[in-house]
Amino acid sequence: MNSEAETNRIKRSSEEKIIEIIDMNKWFGDFHVLRDINLSVYKGERIVICGPSGSGKSTLIRCINRLEEHQKGKIIVDGIELTNNLKNIEKIREEVGMVFQHFNLFPHLTIIENLSLGPIWVRKVPKKEAEETAIYYLEKVHIAEQANKYPGQLSGGQQQRVAIARSLCMKPKVMLFDEATSALDPEMVKEVLDVMINLAEEGMTMIVVSHEMGFAKSVAHRVMFMDFGRIVEENTPHQFFDNPQHDRTKLFLSQILH
Amino acid sequence: MNMSKDKSNKNIIQKEGLKAPVIRIGALQWIKSNLFNGIFNSILTIVMLLLLYKIVPPFVKWAFIDSFWFSTAKECSAGDGACWSIIPANIRFIIFGFYPHELHWRPLLAMIMMVGLLLYCKNRDHWKKSLIYIWIAGLIIMGLLMKGGLFGLTSVDSDQWGGLPLTLMLSVFGMVAAYPLGIVLALGRRSKMPAVKTVCIIYIELIRGVPLISLLFMSAILFPLFFPQGVTVNKIIRAQAAIIMFTAAYIAEVVRGGLQAITRGQYEAAESLGLNYAQKMRLVILPQALKIVIPPTVGILISAFKDTSLVVIIALYEILKTTRTALADPAWMGFSPEAYIFVALIYFVCCYTMSNYSRRLEKELHS
Repeated sequence: MNSEAETNRIKRSSEEKIIEIIDMNKWFGDFHVLRDINLSVYKGERIVICGPSGSGKSTLIRCINRLEEHQKGKIIVDGIELTNNLKNIEKIREEVGMVFQHFNLFPHLTIIENLSLGPIWVRKVPKKEAEETAIYYLEKVHIAEQANKYPGQLSGGQQQRVAIARSLCMKPKVMLFDEATSALDPEMVKEVLDVMINLAEEGMTMIVVSHEMGFAKSVAHRVMFMDFGRIVEENTPHQFFDNPQHDRTKLFLSQILH
Repeated sequence: MNMSKDKSNKNIIQKEGLKAPVIRIGALQWIKSNLFNGIFNSILTIVMLLLLYKIVPPFVKWAFIDSFWFSTAKECSAGDGACWSIIPANIRFIIFGFYPHELHWRPLLAMIMMVGLLLYCKNRDHWKKSLIYIWIAGLIIMGLLMKGGLFGLTSVDSDQWGGLPLTLMLSVFGMVAAYPLGIVLALGRRSKMPAVKTVCIIYIELIRGVPLISLLFMSAILFPLFFPQGVTVNKIIRAQAAIIMFTAAYIAEVVRGGLQAITRGQYEAAESLGLNYAQKMRLVILPQALKIVIPPTVGILISAFKDTSLVVIIALYEILKTTRTALADPAWMGFSPEAYIFVALIYFVCCYTMSNYSRRLEKELHS
């Protein structure tokens, strides 16, 4: 699925850079959390970002949909530059789906209401159509029978699958995953990873912050290692895991792969 | 013999447990373990029983056994039980104040409509957009009934409105207007725009810093200063405005607490779907925040209801004042406890209804 040939094919065939980050820097007060980030993501690409906690991986993807603001540099998503312009931010958010570590489903709405909320109010889709889309994606993540339940009645793995379906209902161009399986029991991690692999097989552009190295190996086109706010190393999975260049990467991999 | 059976049982992990043992407690045992367990509790029980013995039988004697219910004032003074007759004798004045005697059917009808409207709102299936129109229509009809002047109804000046209709009107319209105003203030207080935030903070802190009674005073005295000569604003409108502004400030702080209690993740999930500010608040955040703060909100509304008794300071005759005026009659002067107990009962019934409804609403929303 993620051979070198496929990676190159993606880069060559698509002029479409879905996301372009140029010399991006971010500070939290005085703390320099992201340093000189340069990244281009092509349509159909799948990138896994790994690294120790505090390295800025979550902050990086949260900058892409403006949940965090960057102070220096440029971020361009789907051709629109990310600035303080509210209209642009909302336009970008329509095309960027995000899945959170703690699911963040809306507890006061049923599953199907959770899913149809975005399409109805943001994309102005009629209610019936939104609900049909919702059922379609619920079936995709194998959870259609829970459509009328409330999030509190579902297990963690089920909630995360619903969260993925909720983002998919907006039919985004890119999906961001912020440690999507980190809060789940090992038994439930597999069911969510299976959904993500399915998504990958259908060609969704994905940026995944994760510690699941098995997933990275089998699905990613590129794996990035971040430390202290910098992208230290970036390579194809094959090269990354078998032939790490930096000492820091080697240390990290030795700790995480036993 | 049973070896093979045991072997197969080992591999089956039993899902069903045993049934819990049933424990029955007799009445004597209950008294012993709840009222007399230990020295301190036993002494407390005995003290409470003595207190009850001292208070309850004399009260029952005074209130129910020796009492007069429909007698004249003279007969009451002759006896020494409670003189509940003060109530039936003055009921129309207590309930309706100075409203013309023969037109009492109008405020009565207005109150029935009000109660009907409130009962209609109780059912959550009715919480649709049409509810706003029903409320507005109800407001107009009730105002028409009270004021008159159209459709052959004699005009009754608002200075003559009083008693229970006035109390209900000031409190219900006060609550209904203060709630959305309080929400707007709470949202404004959390706004990132400095002008909006400052205005809301100043409003909330100023209003919370003064007693309602001084706001009512100010509304009676300061309002005329702001309007050109000769333009007078109706006293009731002034009192209503003061009550709304006062209650809204308290509701704002309570709602702000609710907004703070919602986790950041909810805000972020709503934003990442592309919802704008109004949609995010209306569809995701406020439904959760308002639900959490139902207990303190109802507390504020119950206080607002009782605070209507303060409008006596600007010479409006709400139900407490009309009761006290009835007591000013020399014939009934000595029977104030009975009159005050009656008014307290009316307040209690209204406040308890609100409290009960809020409990049921919370239960419904949490299921």
